[in-house]
Amino acid sequence: MRQFYGTTLSSRLMLGTAQYPSPAILSDAFRRSDASVATVSVRREAGRGGEGQDFWDLIAALGVKVLPNTAGCHSVREAVTTAHMARELFDTTWIKLEVIGHSDTLQPDPFGLVEAARILCDDGFEVFPYTTEDLVLADRLLEAGCQVLMPWGAPIGTGLGLNNIYGLRSLRAHFPDVAMVIDAGLGLPSHAAMAMELGYDAVLLNTAVSKAGDPAQMAKAFACAVEAGFLAHQADPMPARDMAAPSTPVIGKAFLE
Amino acid sequence: MKILVNAETKDVSAHVLSDILVELGYGDVKIATALNEAFVAKMARTQTNVVAGDRLEIVTPRQGG
Repeated sequence: MRQFYGTTLSSRLMLGTAQYPSPAILSDAFRRSDASVATVSVRREAGRGGEGQDFWDLIAALGVKVLPNTAGCHSVREAVTTAHMARELFDTTWIKLEVIGHSDTLQPDPFGLVEAARILCDDGFEVFPYTTEDLVLADRLLEAGCQVLMPWGAPIGTGLGLNNIYGLRSLRAHFPDVAMVIDAGLGLPSHAAMAMELGYDAVLLNTAVSKAGDPAQMAKAFACAVEAGFLAHQADPMPARDMAAPSTPVIGKAFLE
Repeated sequence: MKILVNAETKDVSAHVLSDILVELGYGDVKIATALNEAFVAKMARTQTNVVAGDRLEIVTPRQGG
C-alpha cells in the first residue's frame, strides 16, 4: 500500500460524508465500504451550537482518518483561510485543497491551486490537491510541495466516470512514484475498478454512494470494485489487440468436412 | 456595537473575540473563527479586539465530499 504523507491506509477507498439520507445511513455506508478516509468540510454554524458537535461525534465513531476539504472556495485567500480553520477544528494537517475555477464544471483553477498549495505546504499542511490530469499542473503541484495528487475522473457530482483515460494513464506513467487518488466524477463501481486498473492508489467518491437508492449496498459494491481493480493491476493485465486470436489451440483440431 | 456574524448583523457588548463568542453562546462549542477574512486561532481569541462593522465567521465541522 502506497503511503500518503507517511500514513499507510487500511483500504484504498476514501468516502465523502455529504448528501446521505440520514446519519444512520452514512454510518452504515462507511461500515460496508471499509473506507479508510472520510472527507469533511467546515461550514457556518447555524446558530443552535450543536449540529457541528453532533456531526463530529458521528465521524469520530467511524474510526477513520479525516480529510477536511476547502470545497466551494474560489480564491487562494479563501482556500487558505478555510484550510487553517479546518486544521484547528479537525486537528489534522491533511487538507483536500479545492480552488474552484469555474462554477458550471467545478474544475480547478490551476493557477490559484498551485499558489494555495505552495502557501499551505510551506505552512506545514499536507496537501491533497483536487486537480486535473494535466501533466504540467501536476509538476507544479509537486514542486510546490505536494506529495499526493488527486486528479478528477470527471466533474464533481456528474457520475460520468473517467473522462480522459489517455490523460489519466499518461499522468500515472509520468509520476510512477507519487501517491495518486482519482477524486470526483465516479458514478459506478466499474469506474472505480478502471481507476485502480490504471494503477491509481485509491479513489475518492461521495455522490455515487450517498445518492444511490441503497447507499450501504453501493458502498459495498465500490469496495469490491476497488479491490478487484487493484488486484487486476497487480496481476499485470494482458495487452489489448485489434485482431482476434483463438484461445483454444488450433493444433490438433480434427479435420471434419 | 454592531458586527456581522456569519453575514447576519449582531449587537454585541464585548470587544474581545473570546468574550464575544461567549456572549453569542459559543463558549464551549467546537468552532473555528475568522475575522475580516483572516483566520484567528483559538489561542489568539483573547488577544483579538473586534470593532464595529467587523466581519466574523464562525464555522463548525460539517459533511463534505
